[in-house]
Amino acid sequence: MAEIVIRNLRKEFGNFTAVKESSFTIGHGEFFMLLGPSGCGKTTTLRMIAGLELPTSGQILIDGEDVSQKPASQRDIAMVFQMFALYPHLNVRKNISYPLVSQGLPRAQVQAKVAEVARILGIMDILDKPVGGLSGGDRQRVALGRAIVRNPKAFMMDEPLGALDAEFREHMAEELRALHDRMGATTVYVTHDQLEAMQMGDKIVVMNHGVVEQFGTPQEIYDHPTTQFVAAFIGSPAMNFLSFEGSFAPGDRSVTLGGQPFATPELREGASGRKLLLGVRPEHVSLTDSGTYRGRIEATEYLGTTQIVTLSTPHGTIKARAPSSCPASPGDITGLTFTASTLSVFDQGSGRAFRTAANEGVRHG
Amino acid sequence: MAEVSLHGLSKSFGQIKALQDVSLTIPDGAFVVLLGPTGAGKTTTLRLIAGLDRPDAGDIRIEGASVLPDTPAQRDVAMVFQQYSLYPHLTVRDNLAFPLRSPIIAMAEDQITKHINDVSDVLKIKHKLDNKATNLSGGEMQRVSIGRALVRNPRIYLMDEPLSSLDAKLRADLRVELKRIHAELGATFLYVTHDQIEAMTMATHVGVLDHGRLVQYGTPREIYENPVSTYVASRLGQPRINLLPADAFGIAPPRATQIGLRPEHILQGEGQPATVRRVEHLGDQTRLHLTLGPHAIITLADAHTRLSPGDILPIRPENPLWFDHDGHRI
Repeated sequence: MAEIVIRNLRKEFGNFTAVKESSFTIGHGEFFMLLGPSGCGKTTTLRMIAGLELPTSGQILIDGEDVSQKPASQRDIAMVFQMFALYPHLNVRKNISYPLVSQGLPRAQVQAKVAEVARILGIMDILDKPVGGLSGGDRQRVALGRAIVRNPKAFMMDEPLGALDAEFREHMAEELRALHDRMGATTVYVTHDQLEAMQMGDKIVVMNHGVVEQFGTPQEIYDHPTTQFVAAFIGSPAMNFLSFEGSFAPGDRSVTLGGQPFATPELREGASGRKLLLGVRPEHVSLTDSGTYRGRIEATEYLGTTQIVTLSTPHGTIKARAPSSCPASPGDITGLTFTASTLSVFDQGSGRAFRTAANEGVRHG
Repeated sequence: MAEVSLHGLSKSFGQIKALQDVSLTIPDGAFVVLLGPTGAGKTTTLRLIAGLDRPDAGDIRIEGASVLPDTPAQRDVAMVFQQYSLYPHLTVRDNLAFPLRSPIIAMAEDQITKHINDVSDVLKIKHKLDNKATNLSGGEMQRVSIGRALVRNPRIYLMDEPLSSLDAKLRADLRVELKRIHAELGATFLYVTHDQIEAMTMATHVGVLDHGRLVQYGTPREIYENPVSTYVASRLGQPRINLLPADAFGIAPPRATQIGLRPEHILQGEGQPATVRRVEHLGDQTRLHLTLGPHAIITLADAHTRLSPGDILPIRPENPLWFDHDGHRI
């Protein structure tokens, strides 16, 4: 168990800046996600926490102690990689016990620890098998076992499920989260899969181009994205953005698109004559005959409980998530209403979300 | 375009029965998706129709006439593979033109240009037409290989997991595109996938395969709402259907050994006390992991539910699905 504080962390590789000034705190026992597209700096950040890269500037505090310039071996952190990196010539038991044997732990203690870890992971029956013949899931469990057995202060995981197929990945994600709930160890987890981050994480940091765009709980980030990038990256289908030019003043409770007013949460800032975006998530678009804003249904996608309806509107194509029972056929013209309390307004130039009564208190990067 | 029908089709590879007595009609203009895990016989079915393999038994008819004696070229079908196979030394334009310049079709060059322009518009690769095929991203290569099938006007398009190597965003875009292309061309599609979202969203008909047997064939809604077995029920729906012993909630119909509960079959707020084990906020919805006695249940709640781990939530089944000891629907 450990608290990890990241302060103004920066990493340059020659002329390229991989991470620019990121700051966030990973609480005791949290399952913490570093999320972003490839090249955003998430893996570099993880490697700096683990001690595999040294930062150009900034601090990493583990339980209050500045470890930013210490080698990995002095940080007491275990790393799990996407490629399982097991010792191919050793059996499962020897792979798991390796870190303990190399620390010079007495044999009886090693045996007891390995047995305990094998029980936690449900791999008692394969302890004496060679790792070569194991399934992908079992190999990943062995790799986890080797990390857990040391009882480190924290776990670093770099896309550990990335190499597994979709159905099995979901199963392993649940297993990993359940394991975390039993052990309560601080875990930092890198992924580019937004659903995985939402599903498993207590907290998420969203990174883009080496910058922390937002930091918060999954629901907070989903409901109140601080930038257009975060809004588009989290959620599937992505948030809809209706592009318009307009003005509003602090205290306004609506914005006007093409002469049509849309109620929003109370705005806390003003803008005049700017290019703006109205952001609305698909599940907050309702198809109703009473709506005066009209759209034409282009396509429907049946998903069982719900369906995704693609519509063309005067402000571009938008997607709505509606109950499957809602009648919708391509070619139909329908009225649309948006759930006012959930809407976001972004500045098109900077991508920043304007402050409103709804997103006050949400932490920017 | 044409109706394609399979009659008692079987195919073995050594000891492995890849396909067993499959009969199926793909109506003219339908978008049929064959769904199943690895090894279910999906790709074998496509290869038999394309003429790349010969069936051990059964018949394949296109427009009512058996095509078994015909070569792949004579069958006039177009196939898109999971692994895009482009001519690396040709440009995108020449890759797309290749099937049209073949001796069997030998289309005039001005016609070819028109076809390529139409298809590259649809697939958003117009700006890459003069690139070498190797000078493309994976997503672009796959779009070119879909395009190479679309430039032709075959009797049926056969597609073998064409989207599985693409990233999530592009996959979602191309799902809508393929569906639109299908509607515009009025073409007949047979599409193979293990991705339930693709099956649900694109298909007019879904065929579910299990170890070489066709176990159910119907509209996505029929398959989702009226699965014939636990196997079929587990293939569609996220979160997956909960399968519990039939008496988990008390009285069960005679012969029932399992009760199947999708989230919409679980009424919250009354019934038996379940314990909330974990709450997963996925944004648009929240997944509740519950335990009811010895059983684990996953269901959905409102995105902003106030439930948290340790809370008690009464639940009861509503119009559940019942299955017998062989997993068949009662």
